[in-house]
Amino acid sequence: MSEDSFTIGGRILTSRLFTGTGKYGDDGVIPAVCEASGSEVITVALRRVDLESTTGNVMDCIPEHMQLLPNTSGARNADEAVRIARLARAMGCGDWIKIEVISDNRYLLPDGYETVRATEILAKEGFTVLPYVNADLYVAKALVDAGAAAVMPLGAPIGTNRGLKTREMVRILIEEIDLPIVVDAGIGRPSEACEAMEMGADAVLVNTAIATAGDPVSMARAFGRAVKAGREAYLAGPGAKHVLADASSPLTGFLGGAA
Amino acid sequence: MIVTINGKAAELDEPLTIHALLELKEIAPQAVVVERNGDIVPGEQFGEVRLNDGDHLEVLRFVGGG
Repeated sequence: MSEDSFTIGGRILTSRLFTGTGKYGDDGVIPAVCEASGSEVITVALRRVDLESTTGNVMDCIPEHMQLLPNTSGARNADEAVRIARLARAMGCGDWIKIEVISDNRYLLPDGYETVRATEILAKEGFTVLPYVNADLYVAKALVDAGAAAVMPLGAPIGTNRGLKTREMVRILIEEIDLPIVVDAGIGRPSEACEAMEMGADAVLVNTAIATAGDPVSMARAFGRAVKAGREAYLAGPGAKHVLADASSPLTGFLGGAA
Repeated sequence: MIVTINGKAAELDEPLTIHALLELKEIAPQAVVVERNGDIVPGEQFGEVRLNDGDHLEVLRFVGGG
C-alpha cells in the first residue's frame, strides 16, 4: 500500500492514532508508548504550577518529533477555553489546540455552543483548532463554518472505555462533514478503534485505554496496529452485508449429482 | 508587598522581576507560562517585568492530559 497520509493544519500525518499523556502511573513510560504506538500527535493539559513542591515535567517525556496538542480541559465556557488556548500557545509549542468546554461534571459531556464560539475566535487568531464535541451533525457543520481544522466526536464519555456508543452519529459525520473526523474519548479496546477506522474515521485519539492498561506499551502497540488494520480495511472497501446466507462456494458440481 | 500567586497570597520583601520570582521558587522559566493581572507575559520579558503590590499572577505549565 502506498503511503496513506492526511493533513491537519498543514502538517502531514501518517499515523492515525493520537495519544494522550494523562493518567500514567509513571510518565517515564510515555516515550516507549509513543514509539510503540507510532503516534505523531500527543495531548497535554495546562495547570497551575504547585509552588510548594517540585514534580517531574511531562514535557521531558514527549519525543521532539511529535505534534503537541494542548487541550483546554478545565474550561467551562468559551472565554475560559480561549484564555487557556492563548496561554498554551505562549508556551511556544505551536498553535494546535484541542477545544474542550465542559460544565457537566458527571458525564463530562462537551458544550457544543460554547465550543463553536471558542473555535470561531481561535481560528481567526490563527490557531489550528481541533474541537472535542458530541457526535452532532449541526454542531459539526457550525464548526466547519467556524474554521475548525478537524472535528473530534466522542465515542463514549471521557475515560469510560465503553467504546463506540455513538457509532451511527459518527458514521453520519464521516459521511457529511468535509473535515478530518477524529474519534476522541471512550474508546477502550483496539477492536473499537479498528471499527472507527473501518467506518472511515480519519483518526482516533486514545488516552485512558492505553494509560490504564496493565502494560501500556503493549496496549499502545496493539492500538497502533488496530488503527492501521481498520484504515486498510476501509480503503479496501468492506463487502456487502446480507440477511440470508450467501454461499461462498459454488452451488453446482456436487459429487454424485447429475452432470 | 503582597502578590497573589496561583490564588495564594505571598509576601515579597522587594519588587522582584518574574524571572527572579521563578528562580526563588526553583521553577525553570522556560517550562512555564505566566499571566499577570490577566495578561500573558511573554517569556522574553520575564527578566524585565517587575511585580507590583497587589499583582495577581498565574504560573502554569503543561501536565499530563488527554
